[in-house]
This record gives sequence, structure tokens and C-alpha cells, in this order.
Amino acid sequence: MLKLINVTKTFNPGTSDARLALDDVSLHVKPGDFISIIGANGAGKSTLFNAICGSFFVDSGRVILDGRDVTMLPEYKRAKSIGRLFQDPMRGSAPGMSIEENLVLAAGQGGWMSRAGRKEKQAFRDRLALLDMGLEDRMKQPVGLLSGGQRQALTLMMATLSMPKILLLDEHTAALDPATAEKVLSLTTRIVEENRLTCLMITHNMQSALDLGNRTIMMDAGRVVFDTTGDERAALTVDDLLEKFREASGKALDNDRMLLAR
Amino acid sequence: MSFTTMLGLGQTALELALFNSLTVLALFLSYWMLNVCDLSTDGCFALGAAVGAVVAIAGHPWLSLPAAMGAGMLSGLVTAILQTRMGVNSLLAGIIVNTGLYSVNIWIMGGSSLLNMNKTATVFTMLKEALKGGPLGGQYALIIGLIAVALVIAFLCLFLRTKLGLAIRATGDNPDMVRSSSINPAFTTTVGLCISNSFTALSGCLLAQSQKSVTVDIGSGMVTVALASLLIGGVFMGKRSIPLRAVGAVLGAFVFRLVYTIALRFNLPAFMLKLISAVIVVIAISGPYLKKQFPLYRRQLAARLGKGGGEEC
Repeated sequence: MLKLINVTKTFNPGTSDARLALDDVSLHVKPGDFISIIGANGAGKSTLFNAICGSFFVDSGRVILDGRDVTMLPEYKRAKSIGRLFQDPMRGSAPGMSIEENLVLAAGQGGWMSRAGRKEKQAFRDRLALLDMGLEDRMKQPVGLLSGGQRQALTLMMATLSMPKILLLDEHTAALDPATAEKVLSLTTRIVEENRLTCLMITHNMQSALDLGNRTIMMDAGRVVFDTTGDERAALTVDDLLEKFREASGKALDNDRMLLAR
Repeated sequence: MSFTTMLGLGQTALELALFNSLTVLALFLSYWMLNVCDLSTDGCFALGAAVGAVVAIAGHPWLSLPAAMGAGMLSGLVTAILQTRMGVNSLLAGIIVNTGLYSVNIWIMGGSSLLNMNKTATVFTMLKEALKGGPLGGQYALIIGLIAVALVIAFLCLFLRTKLGLAIRATGDNPDMVRSSSINPAFTTTVGLCISNSFTALSGCLLAQSQKSVTVDIGSGMVTVALASLLIGGVFMGKRSIPLRAVGAVLGAFVFRLVYTIALRFNLPAFMLKLISAVIVVIAISGPYLKKQFPLYRRQLAARLGKGGGEEC
């Protein structure tokens, strides 16, 4: 489904600020995989997502998405196959436009000059009702009026509306209060399961990294330092993960949020 | 002043407001929807006037309208390419195109900075002929203005509901979201600027033909005047639906013209128009900001005067 082959990226090359953000990363994601990604601050987790999405072009290596080499494809051309959620709930929807307009835009059906029909709008309402947040009765309201949790749930809906090949979740519940985060997370797993989506999820919560999905990878200094799946993963505890990190990187995990989230 | 003079004045103001409101609607699209302050507006207005005049003088009064709009589209395309593909800051791109258009406009007018259309058949003279003797005889300019404004508003209302229109609005509303979506912001910005500039050019073309002459500086200060009108309209309509806000923009153009006409009646010299429009824009933009800041200013002032805070130690 997704293959990264020896991907390398250096920011500010040739200056004193040069930083190797991705160091020869190779990753093979199979269809239906749900991979949780953990790692310290600055380990290259978000950079990995940026490389997949094409927010920048990688310095070397190749990105293969669904059998197609997208290494040199600009971001907007890859976006049709990729759904992405950021930590900031404000980032994924247009605040001045209504819920309905945001959904029409996200669905991406029909040509540029087409307009959403009644049937399409009803389909949006039905899907929004599944969120159980009452959003289906607020279709005409501007998205700016929604709470952070509602907005992130809407973004999740928007990102999965056009059935992306792969869903990238970048700590998408980290900015929400615990109860809302819990709700958005269970919603995420439900949508991923129902639609059999291939999904990569960055999280700072070690426990949910082990609980959710079928594979966990750990990053440090731009490299994948630990990759586990199957029985080995099932037997792991959070303490094992911390120990693995110390072994792999030679230092203790310094992501304070991550430690708190144990 | 007699009633008829006043009526005449009112009517001229109405006609001018209608022609200008096309530029206001252009900014409605570029400034409000796309969130780009298009400073090439002045030059583009004059471009439309120049192209429209030259084509009309060449004997094609009806062709002059699409020709002017096409020229405006081209100008918008250049502005858009500068800012989306060549790394020029969007304000600077507008200023550069505006400067360049000054030369282009004189070149289009055959090296002269003034063109006369006294004996030229224009859309206005054509309609005047057609309506002669009818009940609407003298209202040809008003009719043309109304039709143009109605068509542009209708177009905007329909267009902004299409996928492309929504994409343009999203580009202005949340650029971060659009950047990581399947919409190419360079494309939506380009389309938006092409459309808005075609309206600006049409606006210039109609104004020039109605007053039967073009000077190269016909558009000077237009961006401020139009912005003032747009913001006045925004005061009426606030955050209502798109059609209402578009109508509000046109209303804003009327109110602006009314203020101007009244100012002239108070023997304010005509050259003060630009200053008035500048002041209106400043008030409309900074007013809400200052209102929000006011409590803070008051506290700062109080602190400076030694009231409250600061225990002796």
C-alpha cells in the first residue's frame, strides 16, 4: 500500500542549522495495517508524514503509494489518496464556511463547476449523525462555531469521506480534553475498522500505541529504531517499550508528555 | 438648488455607484473570499476603460465589453502568476502589475493619455437610440448599470456555490487546510484573480463609455474607493449569506457615493474624494480593532496616572 525506500531529508542543508530529519528511512505498510508511531520530540514522526504527503520533496529515496511512485508528485496531487489529521483541530476545516460546504469540498465528487445535490447533502447528514454530536442539525452553521472536539470529529469525517488509500493521524487527539479525546479516538478506530482503512497514527500515549492497531514502530533521530508486530507486540508492556527505547537510542525517553501519559 | 438639479445629481450618483459597484464586487471576490488585497485594481480599471474605448472607437461597441473583460482577465492572470508561481509577495505583485499597466494603457490608447468618444457609438448610445421615445427614454445608463450589476451578482452567487467557488473560499478562509488538501491553492488563486479582474475591467469600460472619455488615470485611487464601499457594505450585512453580502457590497457603493455627493454639496472641493475614501477605509478597518483595544488603553492610561495597582514597598 505504502512503501518508503531509503528516504532521507535534511532541513537547512549546508548551514549551521542543518538537521538530518529523516535518515535513510524504509517502511513497508501493507493494506489494512494500523500502525502506531511513537518517539521523542523531534524524532521525525511528523516529518515522516510530511514526506508521505509531499509537504516537501525528499532529498533521496522513493515514496511509493498504492503501486505508484509519487516521490516527485506535488502535495495536492497526492492528497486525493491521503487523509490527514493534525494535532490542531482548527487546521482541517474552513471556519468561515458551513459544515455542509466543508463536506462538499472534502467529498471531492463531480467536476469543478458541479454543485452538491440534495441526495449528496442527505448522505452527509446521515454520516454526520453517526458522530452522535448533533452536527447533522447544524449543517448551515459556520464551522468556526464548533468546539475543538466537534471540529476534529468533523475533520475526521472529511478526511475519510473520499475513501483515502491511507489515513495519517498526527497526534490528532492531543489538543482535546481527555473525555473528548477518548470519544474522537473510539470514533477513529470505528471508522478505520468499518472502512478497512490503512492507517498510520502518531501518538504520545504509550498505552494506546500498544492497544490500537496491529503494529507499532518507534522513531529516534530520524530513524525507525524499533518495529514490532504480532505475538511479540501483544506481549509488550509500556515498561518494555521504554526499555526498548533506551536500548535503541542510548538515552531515556525525553518526551515529557509521553511520560505523563503513561 | 432646485428639485430637478437634485434629482439629476442623485441620478448621476446612482449611475456612478452602479458602475463602481462592479469593482466593489471584484474586491468582494478577491479581498473577502480569496483574502488577497489586489492592488492592481487601479491599473486594471484603466485597462478596461482603455481597451473598451479603443474597441468601441474601432466600431465594435458590443465587442468592447467582452474585450475589456478579457484584458482584465489577462491582467489578473499576470498578477496571479507573479504571486503563485514566481515567489512575489501578493501585495507587491499587485503594485508591480499596476505600475506596468500604466505604460500598457497609454500604449493601448495609441501613445496618448486621453481618448475622446464624443462621436463614438458605445453601448450607451446604442441603447439610447433603441429606447428613444419610450417611457424609459432617458434611463439608458441606469439600465445598463443595473443589468451589469445584476448579472455579476447572479454569477457570483451561482459560482461561489460550485466546487471551484467553494475551493476559492476555502483558500481564503484556511490556507493551511487547502495546502494539505487536493486543492491546488495556486490554481484557485489564479481563477479567483482572473474573474475579479474581469469585473474591474468591465467596471472601467462602462464608466469610460458613460462619460465618453478615457484618461490614463481614470482608475487612480479606485482600490481605496472600492474597499471603502465594500467595508461600508460589510457593516450592513455582517456575516450573512453570500447573496446578501454581495448586495451589501453594492449598497456600500451607493452609500459611499451618497457621502461623496453630500460632501460636494457642502462645497468640499472634488479633489477631496480620495482623502475621504482613505479615511473611510481606515475607520472601517481599524474601528473594530480600536473598539476591542479600548478597555486596555483605558487601563494603561489609568496605570500611568497612578490609579490602581502598584503597592508601596
